[in-house]
Amino acid sequence: MQIAARHLDKTTIFDISGDIDLATSPVLRKALLHELRDQRIPRVVLNLAGVRYIDSSGVASLVEGLKASRDVGSRFILFGLNKTIREVLQLSKLVKIFEIYENEEQSVAP
Amino acid sequence: MLCVVRNALGELAAKLGFSEAECRAVVLAVDEALTNIIRHAYLGDHEQSIEASFRRIHLPGDGKSEDALEIVLEDSGATVNPEKMCGRALEDVKPGGLGLHFIRQSMDTVEFSRSSGRNQLRLVKILHGQTTQKGF
Repeated sequence: MQIAARHLDKTTIFDISGDIDLATSPVLRKALLHELRDQRIPRVVLNLAGVRYIDSSGVASLVEGLKASRDVGSRFILFGLNKTIREVLQLSKLVKIFEIYENEEQSVAP
Repeated sequence: MLCVVRNALGELAAKLGFSEAECRAVVLAVDEALTNIIRHAYLGDHEQSIEASFRRIHLPGDGKSEDALEIVLEDSGATVNPEKMCGRALEDVKPGGLGLHFIRQSMDTVEFSRSSGRNQLRLVKILHGQTTQKGF
């Protein structure tokens, strides 16, 4: 998994690619919690267009990010979900709890 | 190492004739099972061995048999209590506890047993398409 951060006005966008699994999800979790809990960024956006695979530990990291965002009053947004990621989120019945958009333009809109 | 298994298993499932969605389901189930073994049976030790076997089987049905992929994973880690293998209620929005749910949703049969100091997990996915390539 590769993860890169872009910082816009009051928004951090994480461009993520590769596989989010047992080995890599702790890196994602750490990055999300740092941005939300430590930096208190008002809006954190995850670009998942390059993600090939996500497992339950990856979903757990997303849920932790969502919970942290609720704790600090930030928005936590996902976009670029491919079929594989949508299937896994639907399987977990968690797809409805996330704020999900089709593209970056929608995700950073005021 | 898990990504190597995922790639190989995805190719195997496709060659057996599973649809793309079924291939993704099989890969997810096995990946989650291996993750659970590493985390719970081997307490996070990535260096321990897991034995995996994959074979095409014929399941007797009503009047006709069905082809299926049988996957057996064996480890010599800590005993796993099957009664505790219940996952969590999906209504609870919290991290963790989804792996077993994914496995059960993805496979037709999920059986756990322990004998001679080894845990065994047997997973079966029925092949509905029957577009199997020769050689398996």
